[in-house]
Parts: sequence; C-alpha cells; structure tokens
Amino acid sequence: MAGGQERILKRRISSVRSTKKITRAMELIAGSRIVKAQAAVKGALPYSELITKVVADLAAGGGSINSPILKPRERVKRSAHIVITADRGLCGAYNSSVVRAAEGSILEDEEIGAEYALILVGRKAEGYFRYRDFRIDNAFTGFSDQPSYEDARAIGQLVSERFINEEYDKVELIYTRFISAGKQEVVRRPLLPLEREVISGGDGKPGDESSNSATASYEFESSPEALLADILPKYIEARIFAALLNAGASEHAARQRAMKAATDNAEELIKELSRVMNRARQDAITTEIMEIVGGAEALSSSDADADEDSAARAIAFERDYLEHQGAGPDN
Amino acid sequence: MAFLVELVSPERILFEGDAVMVVARTTGGDIAFLPGHVPYLGALEISKLRIMQEVDGGPRFETAVAVHGGFVEVSGEGVKILSDIAELGTDVDVVRARTAMEAAEAALRTDPENVEAKKALQRAEVRLDAAGANA
Repeated sequence: MAGGQERILKRRISSVRSTKKITRAMELIAGSRIVKAQAAVKGALPYSELITKVVADLAAGGGSINSPILKPRERVKRSAHIVITADRGLCGAYNSSVVRAAEGSILEDEEIGAEYALILVGRKAEGYFRYRDFRIDNAFTGFSDQPSYEDARAIGQLVSERFINEEYDKVELIYTRFISAGKQEVVRRPLLPLEREVISGGDGKPGDESSNSATASYEFESSPEALLADILPKYIEARIFAALLNAGASEHAARQRAMKAATDNAEELIKELSRVMNRARQDAITTEIMEIVGGAEALSSSDADADEDSAARAIAFERDYLEHQGAGPDN
Repeated sequence: MAFLVELVSPERILFEGDAVMVVARTTGGDIAFLPGHVPYLGALEISKLRIMQEVDGGPRFETAVAVHGGFVEVSGEGVKILSDIAELGTDVDVVRARTAMEAAEAALRTDPENVEAKKALQRAEVRLDAAGANA
C-alpha cells in the first residue's frame, strides 16, 4: 500500500539521476568542444581574409567580370540551398531553426516561380526533408561537428560546377553563424553568383573598400582573368568552409545550452520527487503507527469484553447451582 | 633587410615570420622574391617553396614547404602565400609520402596516362623533397 508509492518514487528518482549524469557529461563535452571549434573558426580567418583580398585585387586589376561565376542570371529557374545542420540532435532548437529558415527560403523561391534544389549538410536536415518528400540533390553527413576543408571542397566543387553548367541559377547558404558562446543566429547568405558586395568579408559581411585602392600596379603571372578563374572556386570553398565551421561551433554552443537546461531540470525534478517521496514515507510511517495503536487498543478492549463474558457466565453458573441446591433441600 | 612572410592554409597559419628571400615556382617558372619586390600576384605549381631566414648576418636558415597549388601575393606588407593544401617540410610524414609515391608509380606502370596518378606522384615527390628525404 503506502510503501508501494515510496518504491515507485525511489525508482523514478534513480532514473532521473542517471539521466542527469548523462546530460551533465554531454554538457561538459560540448563545452570543451566549443573552445576547439571557436579556435577553428578563428584559424580559418587569415586564409579567408587573404583570399578575399586577392580576389578584390584581381577584380580591381582588370580581372574582367566575364567569369560565369560573377554574372547574375536574368531569370532564376532553379535556386539551390545549402542547408547546414547537425548530425545529431539534443541541441535545442538548433536544427529546427535552420530547417525552418530553409523552408521559408524555398517558399520564397516558389513565389517567384523558381524551382528549388537542396544540398543538405548534416543528418538532421536530411532526415527532415527526406521524410517530407522534398527533392534532395545531395546530402553530406558525418562531419558536422568537426568539418575539414576537404568537406568544404567537395561541396564547393559540386555547386560551382552545377552553377557554371546552368543547372543552378542561384546558390544560397543557410547556416547558423557563431557570434559568441552565448549568441548564434541563423543566417541566409547568397553564395552564387558572386556579387561585388559579396566579395568582401569572410562570411559575407561587407568589408572596407579602402584597402583595395592601390591595386593597379600589380604584376600578374598569367593574366588576371586566368588567375581569377583559378581562384574563384577556392574562394567559394573558403566561404563554405567558414560557414561549416561557424555551424559547427554553433552546434556545440547550442548543445551545451540545451544540456545545461536538461541537467538543471533533472536536478529540480530530483528535489521535487525527493520531497514527495519523503512525505510518502512519513505518511506510511504515520499510518503504520496508527494501525499499531489502533490494533493494540482493539486488542485490549476485546480482552475486557472477554472478562465480562466469563464473569457473566460465572454468575449464571452460580445462580443455576444455587437454584439446584435450593431445590434439593426444599423437596 | 627582411620582409614579412605569411603562409596560410584554410585551417591555420602555417608560417609567419621575417625572411630575406622566398623562392617559389609559379605557372610562369621559378621566381625569387627579395625585399622591395614589385607588387605581384601569381598561381603556384605543385612544388617546393623555400623561405630563407637570416639572423643579423648569421647563417641562413631555410624552411621548405610542400605546396600543392595556391597563390602568392607580394605587396608592401610582404609576401603572402595561400595554399589550400600545404605542408611544412618538418611536418611531412615521410613514410606515408613514400608509400603514396610507390602506389602512384605502380598505377602509372599499368596505365601511363593516368592523370590522377601523375598528380599523386608529383605531390609525393614534392613532399619528400620538402622533407629533405631523397625521392
């Protein structure tokens, strides 16, 4: 009875406690990975800054805008989205907010009469869109938390090629930008065609134009056009790499936050359940005492009853006896 | 006279420091950069890049780097090299490079026109060269 209640609570508490241990461990792991991921984001900056500068210098130094990568299409028939999510869940709203932004972007395309194309990074995006029967051109999985440049290269080569072959008329990156450990935001950044404004800032932020002033005097080995044609694909790869690294760092930050909340909740739950369990135990003890007391009382009162009975029987017996005795001598 | 040399890969800065000369192989041939070189921009071949450093008239110290393509930019700020695959000579895994070279050679024996294998062979040779091991 009451003891059963207590046993159930005890079992629940121990299960919450072990869940808490898991979430705590995940929180700590994510926390340590943020530092590493942040260092990776930072480590990629010099390259992307330099390649941006070189592209700007080439463009300013006569690298004509004839490259197909730089030319906006008159009509966008097919618009591609590179959606970057995590491979794993348990990171709060991280995956769903990216996916939601991607769906919004697809809807916008449909409004202007463009077909969509999806290039997905991360198992979560793949799962979401596959389940809803979207057409998926490519899915890249297995590296969301620690992207390497090779991964960016694979994606970059794919989209550059398809863009040049006019399979895609526009390519957009949708990912989570890492601002600080406490702040990340989902962003949509145009990737192809590269626009003049885009050729600046590592992940599409406008950079300062003044640094590109003294560019006319460069001596180029092979023509600026040829160099530009060589370097633009690498520039695109660097942009994608920056996005992957940002997304990776954001993933760890989101997971740490989610797991911290889960750990706190577990702690709260354990406290609450312990209170309920203690009350249940006390109730059980009280009930037991009441039972004992009640039982003892019942026992002593029934003893008294029994005495009365025997006394009555004794009196009746005596009376019978006396009656018999009295009858004898009278007769 | 020295100038700043920066060698960056997408993941990190591989080399940063003052140097007196940089020797590179671009699509137009070998080129050496000395202090005061005119602004220059060129594409690198799969080759060994050499960075010479000097401590106040002391002996020269050479850093060899295996670069698998990339770009070199010379400006008033110094020489900047960006390469999406680059390896300092001291970081090269000689055993692996040698294995890769043998594999590429074997592939070329069966199919002398294999472009991939030719490139792989070239890369392995450059890496061994930069590491100072005999190819």
